[in-house]
Amino acid sequence: MTAFKPTRVPVIPQLGEKVTEDALYWRSYKSPVQIKEFGAVTKIHFSPLSPHNYAVTASTRVQIFGPNSHEPLRSFSRFKGSAYSGSFRADGRLLVAGSDEGLVRLFDVGGRVALRQFTGHSKSVRVTSFLSDGFRIVSGSDDLSSRVWDVSTAQEVAALGEHSDYIRALATSSRNPDVFITGSYDHTLRVWDARLERCVMKMEHGQPVEGVLLYPSEGLLVSTGGQHVKVWDLLKGGQQLVSLKNHHKTVTCVCLSTHSNRLLTGSLDRHVKVYSSSYKVVHTFDYEASVLSLAVAPDDGIVAVGMTNGVLSLRHRKPSEEQEVDGRKRRGPSYRMFVKGRNYTPKQDDFVVRKSLKHHLKKHDRLLKSFKVSEALDSALEVGPAVCVAVLIELERRGTLRNAVAGREEESITPLLNFLLRFITDPRFSRILLSVAHVVVDVYQQVVSQSPVMERLLQRLLECLGREIDYQQELLQVLGILDTLFASATPAAGVTTLQTCEIALNVSHFCTRIQIKSTTTPRLRTWRV
Amino acid sequence: RSRIHKFLLCASGDLVKVFSTSTEEWVHVLQGHTNVVTGITLNPANQLQVYSSSADGTVRLWDFTDGILIKTFVIGYPIATLLVSNKHEGILFLVVPAKDNSNSECLQLVAAHVPKTLEQEVEVRELSSVLPNISPNPRAVGFGREGEYIASAEGLKLIVYFFRDQKPYRSVPLISSKGAKNTFTCVSCHPKDDCVATGHEDGKIRLWRNFNQKKEYTYTTLHWHHSVVNTLCFTPEGTTLLSGGIESVLVQWQYDRNSKYILPRLGGSITHISVSADGSLFTTSHSDNKITVIQSNLKVSAVIQGLVKGEAVHTDLVIDPRSKALVLNGKPGHLQFYSLQRDKQLYNLDIVQQEYIYQEGLDQYEVVKAAFDAHGSCLATVEERGKKLSDTEITLKFWDYNETAQSFVLNTTVMTPHDNRITSMCFFPTAETTMVVTTARDGCFKAWLLGQESDTENGPSWSCDFVGRYHDLQPTNCCFSADGSLLAVSFQEVITIWNPETWELLTTLCQPPGNIKDLCFGRLSCSRYLLATTTKNMLCCWNLLTCSLEWSTSIAVTLLKADPLSENMAVFTLQKEQTDLFVFKPCEPRPLFTQNALCVGEVQRAIFVPREEPLDNCDESSLWLNRSQLYFTINPVCHLLPTQAVIDDSVAVTPFYLLLGKHRQREQEMCGLPVTEQQGRLLHTAAHVLPPASFLCNMFVKSLLISQTGVKVETEPSEQQAESEKEEEESEEEMDSCDAQQDRRVQGLGVETVPLISKAQERELKKVRRTDYSWLSCLSDS
Repeated sequence: MTAFKPTRVPVIPQLGEKVTEDALYWRSYKSPVQIKEFGAVTKIHFSPLSPHNYAVTASTRVQIFGPNSHEPLRSFSRFKGSAYSGSFRADGRLLVAGSDEGLVRLFDVGGRVALRQFTGHSKSVRVTSFLSDGFRIVSGSDDLSSRVWDVSTAQEVAALGEHSDYIRALATSSRNPDVFITGSYDHTLRVWDARLERCVMKMEHGQPVEGVLLYPSEGLLVSTGGQHVKVWDLLKGGQQLVSLKNHHKTVTCVCLSTHSNRLLTGSLDRHVKVYSSSYKVVHTFDYEASVLSLAVAPDDGIVAVGMTNGVLSLRHRKPSEEQEVDGRKRRGPSYRMFVKGRNYTPKQDDFVVRKSLKHHLKKHDRLLKSFKVSEALDSALEVGPAVCVAVLIELERRGTLRNAVAGREEESITPLLNFLLRFITDPRFSRILLSVAHVVVDVYQQVVSQSPVMERLLQRLLECLGREIDYQQELLQVLGILDTLFASATPAAGVTTLQTCEIALNVSHFCTRIQIKSTTTPRLRTWRV
Repeated sequence: RSRIHKFLLCASGDLVKVFSTSTEEWVHVLQGHTNVVTGITLNPANQLQVYSSSADGTVRLWDFTDGILIKTFVIGYPIATLLVSNKHEGILFLVVPAKDNSNSECLQLVAAHVPKTLEQEVEVRELSSVLPNISPNPRAVGFGREGEYIASAEGLKLIVYFFRDQKPYRSVPLISSKGAKNTFTCVSCHPKDDCVATGHEDGKIRLWRNFNQKKEYTYTTLHWHHSVVNTLCFTPEGTTLLSGGIESVLVQWQYDRNSKYILPRLGGSITHISVSADGSLFTTSHSDNKITVIQSNLKVSAVIQGLVKGEAVHTDLVIDPRSKALVLNGKPGHLQFYSLQRDKQLYNLDIVQQEYIYQEGLDQYEVVKAAFDAHGSCLATVEERGKKLSDTEITLKFWDYNETAQSFVLNTTVMTPHDNRITSMCFFPTAETTMVVTTARDGCFKAWLLGQESDTENGPSWSCDFVGRYHDLQPTNCCFSADGSLLAVSFQEVITIWNPETWELLTTLCQPPGNIKDLCFGRLSCSRYLLATTTKNMLCCWNLLTCSLEWSTSIAVTLLKADPLSENMAVFTLQKEQTDLFVFKPCEPRPLFTQNALCVGEVQRAIFVPREEPLDNCDESSLWLNRSQLYFTINPVCHLLPTQAVIDDSVAVTPFYLLLGKHRQREQEMCGLPVTEQQGRLLHTAAHVLPPASFLCNMFVKSLLISQTGVKVETEPSEQQAESEKEEEESEEEMDSCDAQQDRRVQGLGVETVPLISKAQERELKKVRRTDYSWLSCLSDS
């Protein structure tokens, strides 16, 4: 005697891209909240301390926002020209910003007036940052130099000028307080040591460098510039690991997420792309304007993006499902109730009798087991297309499809017809669904006219199939045209071969889709007749 | 079949087997009948003795605990059913053909008085007729009230015969106005009450009462079965009634109350139910050669399973390289692994993995192809459903052997791998690449490859690697060479040779007319040869080094098989409904072995089964068998049908049953005919002075054929002689594994049984004999 074998729900081949864990993670952000700023948002920096306030630098001011408020908590606006690169210290209490006038200003997050003002740069200071000891500041300027400043005395400690163009990117090491990296429009990246006051390593990016990022491990360095994102291995003396070209305009900004260190890049082509650890794009965010700045909150709660049109776009993470359930969970029986007798360890002579495993069947399987076919179909219609199609196939195999479909009222046939309408043109399901449609029409032919609802649904079904047939005829025509093209292109050798190959590659994907579709054509035709 | 607590007796072919109910092992075999055992029943006087009746016209009394034959009663007529009762001591009730006409369809019930003598063999002459017109179905007769009356159903009539007033009462034929099929199928009488339960073809059970008054009988109807009720049985106390039909559900009806309990999904359809004397155990026998022991609380306690008799062997016979088991269709939607060495079913593998619905006329999935890779770690199966082409559903499945589960686990399912039926499938012969090639009637062959990297979390899966076509012809066969360097695919008349690595078409071979039927590469030293048979009765051999035809001969080949362990090839030919066997090496024109008139009818499937250890001592003629054994099944369509009806008319004879149920497997170890002088001269001449082999072979085989037809009469005695000698050897060999439960191996008759019958008779019997395992008679009287 064997147990009832549940209906086998086949794994349906997924058309389109695969759903990976990454894609699911990055998809679980809410739709963006937009905050209008006065000018292009050039820098967003999250405070390392909870509750992760963030500083937004746009136009002539640096504003601090709370994670949930959309009004600025504080605003620093004593800049004569544009402010640049407002960034927090590691303890989140001080903020440094550069400005168009060549000054670097230091603010207390709680205060309003600048605590210190560092003068020395002759042109606008585009990038500033704290070194990891917290007592020094490094800045990069359009005057081709980068300088290190002492916070307490407001004195310049070092001036380093080996770049031959504007310095537009800066990253500091969190492990070594003396090391920082600058990227410049002279296409180079330089690693500096503040103690030696000179460049210790130099890498050629190939395009003007817009952004630099150091991985937390400090072994890898990411630089962006032009359409390229390049990853360098610092431990191998600055050897290039990969060069990515996924954007079609200049990549302006780069950051890392906390969730398994995914790399995010934003570009003027209005996309933000998320890369996996093997540098494959796993997700893309689309924005309405070119992306200038990008930051992810340390707990991945917010993806903040600043754009050229002065809009700050914030995507908040959806609260995860489990937390929600936990909050609502009723108090059940105590833990002891469930482990009663289970934690008894058998003695040496005890004979252990295992409790037989109970197999729970799904609802439609339970109903199929007792041959309640109509109810089984009803319950399957509530679940999902794959299960429903599996149940329909099973009913067809049992020869009881007609019984399951027949004898329904208007309201119980409607879900079935809606299901047919939605999925009958899907090549994965159309084989069985067409025969179901046949049966439905056969059974209800006489009484359709009495129900306006059903009549309308059947009318829509007919239209839907008609459209599908027309569509497939068009596709077949295209296929025919392509065939003739290939036939004429094949004998010509030499120059045309490469071109043909390229066309073939592009078309082959298309063709396979047509072939999938075309398998359903003959059946559709018979149906229409 | 009857039983006391510990033992279960089961009629199987011409044997009665004694099984233990607790361990499922068979304890011993009661051997002695020379024809099918038709009925067994316990001796009511002594519960340790059992009567068995057989179609050979004898009733035998056995002591089944020791397995000793006590007495033989010679009746002289083939017996269809045997009944005994407490009240009638010394009387055997037998169903035998009516005396006045030889028509086997007409049966009568007779009472035979057993003479009390001490002799071993007693001839019983006192036969008195009790009831005429008995149904051939053994379940349609039954004793009521411990022998006060006897009930018999035939067609639309129920007859109750009371021994007290020696008068039969007849029921009015039940004719329903709706034209329902309410023919009686089985009868069971209540042990205490005047009540007869009858089963009907429309699935109803009727309980008849008050039948001892004239025309005032009443009946109640119980209806659960949706199709024919096969068997009915009351428990000894009469509190419950058990019924079973083709739904394979045991239904337990409470006699007085209107409640029932069901035990579903027991296996094949239930053919018999019997109850132990104390009512604590039930046993059901099933059409798929299975006996289930069930406790009275409807818990299955033991299952005795033989080689499952499927509807037909769709898959070719395949050997599992890991367990060396024979793999073929078993239960519907299953593959069974059957150990030939131990003659025991190892396990069933569920291929279809769907709930089997027992309903007639339903389009079921069938496993049609199965193939193993070289080490038995991969299995590919094809299942099919749908008779019409438009709604054929084909599924290709790939299975991996799982060491921990000790079974095959599904890896990949390919829905609709081809647009039309798959004609053949083969695995890459060596372990380096895991590749399967399938050919189908949609005009293409596909190569399936196991993916290298695991792109999914479930490990590597199979995908299609190459689709090949040749001029829009239909591929029929595919075959890899022994080292896997070549793939031969036959497209109707043409054989194409491909390189499986680059998928380059290397060459084509063709020998019109006739489509290619079988395709086979030579092995070991003959690996340069490719053999093929065509529908126009040609056997061709190509040399692949020169790409030319080496030799060909005109011979009506039905089957071509290669021995995996040697160069030998076996060819079965059909001539005048007799099958001949030739064994040869492709490189030499002289057959190693020939056997004319191997069997009657066409050989359907054959396979070389490697021996566990090669035999070393055997004579020259059977040298080819020392590495592997050749097994084959025949399909005796037209031959067994008439004989069948004569012998055992108590069985419900359906053509399907006869046609498909008979897997005749036998070990073939007979000497060939002595080669005629002329041929001998030819064969002993040095090779270099002979004309080319291609020329000679044709002639040679022709000469063989002539000798077969012309010399047959003279050689027959010697052939028989050889045969009987061989059989003796054979039976000795088989003693250790002589459980001929279902494959009805033709055993050496002469050894254990009476050597009285002449050889000719023996031959007749052999032809005629076949086992009917589903037939089981049951009766348990305390």
